[in-house]
Amino acid sequence: MSVAVRLPTVLRPHAGGQAVVEISGATIGEVLTTLIGDFPGLNGQVIGEDGTLNKFVNIYVNDDDVRYLQQLETPVKDGDEISILPAVAGGAA
Amino acid sequence: MVNASALSPNPLVDIWVKLEGRNPAGSVKDRIALSLVEAAGADGILIPGKPDQVLIEPSAGNTGIALAMVCQMKGYHLKVVLPTNVSIERRQMLEVFGAEIIESPGSEGSNGAVRMAQALSEKNPQWVFLYQYANPANPAAHYAHTGPEIWADVPEVTHFIAGLGTSGTLLGVGGFLKEKNPDIQVWAIEPPTGEMVDGLRNLDDGYIPPIFAELGGAQILDRKTVIRPKESIEWTRRMTEIGLFVGISSGAIMAGAARCAEQIPDGESATIVTIACDDGWKYLSTGAWTDDIDTVVERAKKVIYF
Repeated sequence: MSVAVRLPTVLRPHAGGQAVVEISGATIGEVLTTLIGDFPGLNGQVIGEDGTLNKFVNIYVNDDDVRYLQQLETPVKDGDEISILPAVAGGAA
Repeated sequence: MVNASALSPNPLVDIWVKLEGRNPAGSVKDRIALSLVEAAGADGILIPGKPDQVLIEPSAGNTGIALAMVCQMKGYHLKVVLPTNVSIERRQMLEVFGAEIIESPGSEGSNGAVRMAQALSEKNPQWVFLYQYANPANPAAHYAHTGPEIWADVPEVTHFIAGLGTSGTLLGVGGFLKEKNPDIQVWAIEPPTGEMVDGLRNLDDGYIPPIFAELGGAQILDRKTVIRPKESIEWTRRMTEIGLFVGISSGAIMAGAARCAEQIPDGESATIVTIACDDGWKYLSTGAWTDDIDTVVERAKKVIYF
């Protein structure tokens, strides 16, 4: 499966400045592993040493937060859009 | 509580909207402003009747306005740390209720306002920092009132969908409703703030509202979905078809409700209750209802509307 991964501004320098990269994988976990393989500067930023998602990072498949789907096991299909976004203070509270 | 089912894309799914814009200062935040201030009074942090008490709070809009109203009534002085990129009407409403505005960089959004408020509070420990993102009196107001009101009005609710800001509404209402019926699904709708805010130096600068972590937000939520500006504005406009003039976050939440309705399995019915956080008055200057939508979307990228 080939998906588009949107990177937050703060991570783009590790991906040669790219905002969006095409990555293959059948699940979010596979996509992230491939992404980090392609751009080793991302190592440790998105996934911690214990293999779980950094708590200040949110990953969305077509705008749905994977933490509430199947986390790293969330399946992806061709053409899906993955967004990596930092957790930020919410809204016009 | 208004039946918005005419806008539901699924004939088997009802959608209800709770109009929080009808609160005294115009938003759902009136509830937490009173709760935060009264809790501080009960704890002796604020002393009713004593002059010259100063509060400081980071707010991109509604909480600041609600607190300004409450403080005006109780004789407290409020300083609001406000990102510069909020619509003009929010600033005007703060001035109406006598709040002092301290500006934080628009590019840093709400994160920047929180940081600045924390720094100022540390330098001025005599100021009272109620800190809506960390204060349990915030979700407590929703657990005590918003949730029970929804349960009384729509006991057949199957899904509760609201905006995610401090997480107070989702925690308080979601927590209450799940106690009544554990099968009720709680969906959070958020704007793509992580894309709009460039002020993060690294991912560890990220922020999770302390109340979300402390009160088990990840267990209460069943879904979290980003709704983007264009869809938010489209739905804000659509709400006028049923006579509703609501703020842009309310359009985003309705867009989320529509997505939820579409995903209900064939043949199943559902009853979705949503919140309309405020009415449309404070967003007229954005041209959201009248201008070319792509122009509005571009403007919305620079202005905090959620």
